[in-house]
Amino acid sequence: MTDALSRLRYRCQLRQDADERREETHPLTWRLHDDGTPVFLKEYEDKDGYAAVRHTLNEQTGAQVIDAMKTANVRGRGGAGFSAGVKWSLTLQGDGMPRGYIVCNADEMEPGTFKDRLLMEQTPHLLIEGMILAAYANNARYGYIFLRGEYIEAANHITRALKEARDAGWLGADIAGSGFDFDIALHTGAGRYICGEETALINSLEGQRANPRAKPPFPGQSGAWGKPTVVNNVETLCNVPAVLRHGAEWYQGLSGQLSNDGGTKLYGVSGRAKRTGLWELPIGTSGTELLDRAGGIRDGEQLKAWLPGGGSTGFLLPEHLELPLDFDSIGKAGSRMGTGLLTVVTDQQSIVSLMRNLEAFFARESCGWCTPCRDGLPWTVKILQALERGEGEQGDIEMLDKLATDLGPGRTFCAHAPGAAMPLSSALQYFRDEFERGVRHETGPAHADPIPVGEV
Amino acid sequence: METAQTIASDGFVIEAADREAILHERDHYEQPQAACIEALKIVQRRHGWVPDGAIAVIADLLGISPASVEGVATFYSLIFRQPVGRHVILVCDSSSCFLTDYEALRDAFTDKLGIGFGQTTSDGRFTLLPVCCLGACDRGPAVMIDDDTFGPVHPDDLDTLLEGYA
Ligand SMILES: Cc1cc2nc3c(=O)[nH]c(=O)nc-3n(C[C@H](O)[C@H](O)[C@H](O)COP(=O)(O)O)c2cc1C
Ligand code: SF4
Ligand code: FES
Repeated sequence: MTDALSRLRYRCQLRQDADERREETHPLTWRLHDDGTPVFLKEYEDKDGYAAVRHTLNEQTGAQVIDAMKTANVRGRGGAGFSAGVKWSLTLQGDGMPRGYIVCNADEMEPGTFKDRLLMEQTPHLLIEGMILAAYANNARYGYIFLRGEYIEAANHITRALKEARDAGWLGADIAGSGFDFDIALHTGAGRYICGEETALINSLEGQRANPRAKPPFPGQSGAWGKPTVVNNVETLCNVPAVLRHGAEWYQGLSGQLSNDGGTKLYGVSGRAKRTGLWELPIGTSGTELLDRAGGIRDGEQLKAWLPGGGSTGFLLPEHLELPLDFDSIGKAGSRMGTGLLTVVTDQQSIVSLMRNLEAFFARESCGWCTPCRDGLPWTVKILQALERGEGEQGDIEMLDKLATDLGPGRTFCAHAPGAAMPLSSALQYFRDEFERGVRHETGPAHADPIPVGEV
Repeated sequence: METAQTIASDGFVIEAADREAILHERDHYEQPQAACIEALKIVQRRHGWVPDGAIAVIADLLGISPASVEGVATFYSLIFRQPVGRHVILVCDSSSCFLTDYEALRDAFTDKLGIGFGQTTSDGRFTLLPVCCLGACDRGPAVMIDDDTFGPVHPDDLDTLLEGYA
């Protein structure tokens, strides 16, 4: 690769210097290097790596691990914010139940999300250590890292780390002399956003089309090949070693008075900010502080709106930046924290066009299994395209309102369609005038009265 | 299963090494079906795409129906069921890149290469495709060519970028 080409290469960026990142405050990133070179086994072990595995597997029961995770209140970092400890307490185990799987969801494709990439590229052993501890708590026999196919560097680093861990006895039979055995394989995907939905992911792992499955049964009851399966996000699993090394109270204390959620969060900023990138901060840090760290908005532009955690979260306004970025606070404001990586939108961006882009994404990525999602999303895109061109009809906006409702929670097989509805309904709420400006025509054939059926 | 027909109607012949690799993958999982995606990727790594005949061969090696292999092959966006160029360009069209001028970059690609999404240049050098968020949103707009990710990429950078891929 030439120098000129190499300068264009993407490198993920943690925007915090080593002197800010300490073991006591930055459980996810304190081992990382400022220049982004990965931390492999020797260095990881020198920096207290696998200490939690050695200690926990020899001195604690799986039930104690689950209790610690509950007390620490580690909420799922894949977007839904479900307590990992509670999820693990529901996994079927014991009494003749076969030992199942720990599956790491490393399918990261949510628009605006680039955090799991950093952890996997630069600290793959942290993820492996987290998975071993999760396996111990859930009595899993085998682990899979379901990695999106495009993350080539992450795949290389994980492959090397898995071999190192196996050679050093951290994976395989009788880990750290505890009698517990567990191993991990890397599974790389072949595209499609829907693979990140946990039951679609399990189908994909089984070599099927990635259509979601009905719940219940939940994966913890019957998942991959019918066995109990725990699916957790990369960042969730990377939090586990520190919880068990330093204790649940310590972990809870990291977020102090900021939030009831425990620990830190790998936050990020993309879009129209000056210094986009990633930061590990106490969970509950405000949007204002995060945006400050990102150097504010690009020169000459004004903040108009932001998405708190990916394309499937609802828009918020500048005034909402004061809120703590945690699951409950952002939820109360009518959105979702999602992945916690902010997408910044300024006054130079038409919301109607941005919505058209988002809905085109969701329409393309629909797995096609259920009607509201498969047919409703392309319809939404058509209306948005018409409004964007200034060729909307009377009734279009009301139709978008209805579509946003019909795509909402509880009406589809999985959360893909509700994820598409959330930015739409919030955009219609906050920026209705922009949609109205696209309406030029009288009601046309698209909104004709329904044709009566049966006897007239 | 070792009686696998290795020559299909379109003359597709599976390389011995690929056959071994697929059988190895098959034994990696609880059920042979699970190796289906990896098997398609093994064939694609060799040929650039998945020819029709490969579907039957993979089905035979895994002991599953050709329909189920085809169903999987057509579901996933990074499995190609048509020939592609020597290099595949994936342009991220998701929201953060959209906010950082993805559309100008897309237009620059289509102008420069003279093709639209889903098409291949007549010299067989490049295929252009859109892709979901590449997880490089802090440096959008982002592009992937073969195994390399780039960002931010501006329209002025295209010559430098494309020169790297003969
Ligand atoms: C359409 C869709 C896509 C998703 N994509 C991802 C993903 O890429 N990564 C992820 O961790 N979770 C994703 N999720 C959430 C998962 O279904 C699941 O909640 C998560 O992996 C659970 O892990 P956690 O509790 O550790 O967050 C997605 C959900 C939906 C509905
Ligand atoms: S909501 Fe959409 S993505 Fe989810 S199952 Fe239905 S069609 Fe598939
Ligand atoms: S939106 Fe383009 S890389 Fe994420």
